[in-house]
Amino acid sequence: MSAQVSSIDELKTTPWAGGKSPFNVEYGKMMMWFFLLSDAFTFSSLLIAYGALRFSSSTWPAADLIFQSVPGMIDHGAPLVFVGLMTFILIMSSVTMVLAVEAGHRMAKKEVVGWMIATIIGGFMFLGCQALEWTHLHHEGFWWGSIPHELGEYFRKDEAVSVTSTHQFANLFFTITGFHGFHVFSGVVINIIITINVLAGTYEKRGSYLMVEKVGLYWHFVDLVWVFVFTFFYLV
Amino acid sequence: MSTLSVHDHSVAHHEEDHGHHHHKETFISKYIFSMDHKMIAKQFLITGITMAVIAMILSILFRIQLAYPDKAFPLMETLLGRFAPGGRLDSNFYLALVTIHGTIMVFFVLTAGLSGTFSNLLIPLQLGARDMASPFMNMLSYWFFFLASVIMLSSFMVQKGPASGGWTIYPPLSALPKAMPGSGMGMTLWLTSMVLFIASSLMGGINYVSTVLNMRTKGMDLWKMPLTIWAFFLTAILGILSFPVLVAGVVLLIFDRSFGTSFYLSEIVLNGSQVQPFEGGSPILFQHLFWFLGHPEVYIVIMPAMGISSEVMSVNSRKPIFGYHAMVYSLIGITVLSFIVWGHHMFVTGMNPFLGGVFMITTLIIAVPSAVKTFNWLATLWRGNIRFTAAMLFAIGMVSFFISGGLTGIFLGNAALDINLHDTYFVVAHFHLVMGSAAIFGMLAGVYHWFPKMFGRMMNERLGYLHFWLTFIGAYLVFFPMHFMGLDGVPRRYYAFTEFESMKQWLSVNTFITWAAIMAAVAQCAFLFNFVYSIFFGKKATQNPWEANTLEWTAPVEHIHGNWPGEIPSVYRWPYDYSKPGADEDFIQQTVPLSQTMSSNLPHDFEDNPTGLEEHAKWASTQQSNEQVK
Repeated sequence: MSAQVSSIDELKTTPWAGGKSPFNVEYGKMMMWFFLLSDAFTFSSLLIAYGALRFSSSTWPAADLIFQSVPGMIDHGAPLVFVGLMTFILIMSSVTMVLAVEAGHRMAKKEVVGWMIATIIGGFMFLGCQALEWTHLHHEGFWWGSIPHELGEYFRKDEAVSVTSTHQFANLFFTITGFHGFHVFSGVVINIIITINVLAGTYEKRGSYLMVEKVGLYWHFVDLVWVFVFTFFYLV
Repeated sequence: MSTLSVHDHSVAHHEEDHGHHHHKETFISKYIFSMDHKMIAKQFLITGITMAVIAMILSILFRIQLAYPDKAFPLMETLLGRFAPGGRLDSNFYLALVTIHGTIMVFFVLTAGLSGTFSNLLIPLQLGARDMASPFMNMLSYWFFFLASVIMLSSFMVQKGPASGGWTIYPPLSALPKAMPGSGMGMTLWLTSMVLFIASSLMGGINYVSTVLNMRTKGMDLWKMPLTIWAFFLTAILGILSFPVLVAGVVLLIFDRSFGTSFYLSEIVLNGSQVQPFEGGSPILFQHLFWFLGHPEVYIVIMPAMGISSEVMSVNSRKPIFGYHAMVYSLIGITVLSFIVWGHHMFVTGMNPFLGGVFMITTLIIAVPSAVKTFNWLATLWRGNIRFTAAMLFAIGMVSFFISGGLTGIFLGNAALDINLHDTYFVVAHFHLVMGSAAIFGMLAGVYHWFPKMFGRMMNERLGYLHFWLTFIGAYLVFFPMHFMGLDGVPRRYYAFTEFESMKQWLSVNTFITWAAIMAAVAQCAFLFNFVYSIFFGKKATQNPWEANTLEWTAPVEHIHGNWPGEIPSVYRWPYDYSKPGADEDFIQQTVPLSQTMSSNLPHDFEDNPTGLEEHAKWASTQQSNEQVK
């Protein structure tokens, strides 16, 4: 199979003809894409389950009446301000991640480290905000399987107050944002590991910062999922 | 770009720097935490076979109960202790047996045991790769599977026994730890085991897909891939897209079990008096999430068996597979359709009849690609130069079961008929034939066919025939009568339905089925003996014992890390050049260049190669003029 004997045996060199990756993508990145595809199905299922339970109920607590406070500052009357801040932080951490990947393309180790640390801080800030928000709701009486005694303030005037749907709201909120928070937490841990590797010079020796790109994909995915979680729990 | 080339992968320079780079393989790195795909395949196979034997023994236990509902077997108490007080199977334990039998067979044998073994073995070997895309993930995938198996079996050790709400774990039985004995610790272990299993399957799946996409050798475009690879590839995609939905379902279930939520629960009274506080949930929601996995799952089970049978039947018919492209498109069709038919498991849940009609139509459409495949297999056999090897018999058996089980699928796919047949033995008969027996026969065909590739030795053919005929006849004797029980309305999963006046007459049939099952189970000893004996003492295999075309038979019999010494062979033709007119032999391996087979080349061998076509035309006209001179 060594030398080509005849023009008859010429092999195609098109992208799909074998001998190379059809998308010019390294295997690890491809595996990350397929993992994200899979994870997207998990989140979609959770959100569809949320939709199914919500639409089978005739009333539902209004998001802008529940999420009214900025923990530690404003107790009431600031609907969606805090979650807007959280969302902004997470999106900014995606921006810093993009910058880390870009610095990686230039092989600028110091800049990669800087942007990665910024991303990690962003991640921790988001998780911290989530912890504050959960604590606040917990103080009001919301938790898995428990809700406040007085529910009138969470429902619009023209809607009937419903214990069952408030229960469902609390259960779904903590489960799905919790599942997302777990993903963010994993992302932060992975980011820390990668940053340590960057500092140790692992990728400099390897000649490419592809690993940063791969965790970047995961981080953007987690960010994108939050946009949907945010939309379905806070906006509609 | 060079980093993306397959030829750079891992041990490509095996030979040049021998000694220097050749790390010493210890027992642990070679046999236990191996990262070599061939060893991992064997690990999956042996674990899969072990689990299959265990699940088979479970089925024999509950068959004995069904055949002899009033008899006590003191031996049973000796063996099972508290699960068989007084020598009679405990009714709750009966349900646990059914549940764990189903779970193990569907997931641990026919998903991991089948895909895990043959995807791992064949994807790199048939595509011309040194190993999987990520050998490390591959190793993790096996060990997660192993751990999942251990946890699943460990549920027999807990006080109240294993999960017993059926392999579909519908809530509320699975959601309320107090609902039945198996709903407690047993169910928790079931869930833990399945979470690990899904992680294993996901790691395996993304590895298989990346390997197929990225690591094909030169010349191996998608239309030169053997059907086995197409089947494993599409199976892996199905797994990647459907298992995560079960993850979501299980996450919600865990919260229902342990955190006081009520996603799946509403208006429940336990033990006749304890009113439960749960409200607003829907058990039907779980069924939707479960069957969105559950239905693709049956294709995850059957598609590798289809791929293996296609390959085995083509090799042993000494004919190209009939309708290669149709075979691929029908696999793709099955893959896509399998996502939109899950509702046919739920016709009796109070589903809107219109929606039921939609699911009925999509379900019946799947019969089309399935029938395409069946006719292609039959056409492959037609006028073939058939070699009845043990593998070939099992492949033909697979087709037989797929036909007889598939026909009843058309009955069950009809909402109007299903409402009568739902949860009866008719369903049990249907899926045990179409996905149970058919898939296990595909798997056994694969074991007999690729045994020489895995262990470098041949299995005994005569024992193989014995194994085949007893199993084949046994499976039909077991499952065929169940159709009639189902038509008579006998419900599945009942501990002692022959106690009912109206079903008394089925006791004799039950006894008959049980003895057929015992015969089929004993027949597996022929296989187990053959398998173990041949690993150590079988006849030494030659490099290409079946005279097959695919790449794995160009690799040396002795396993080396990296599969081929020196360069990976390039591929010049599709894998099914059997009995090509004008060729010297009745097979031409994929690595044989077209220039070496001038007498058998056909114009369509040069579809994308105009210079080659010109050369071919020139050669053909010279031949013709020579002929005229004579």
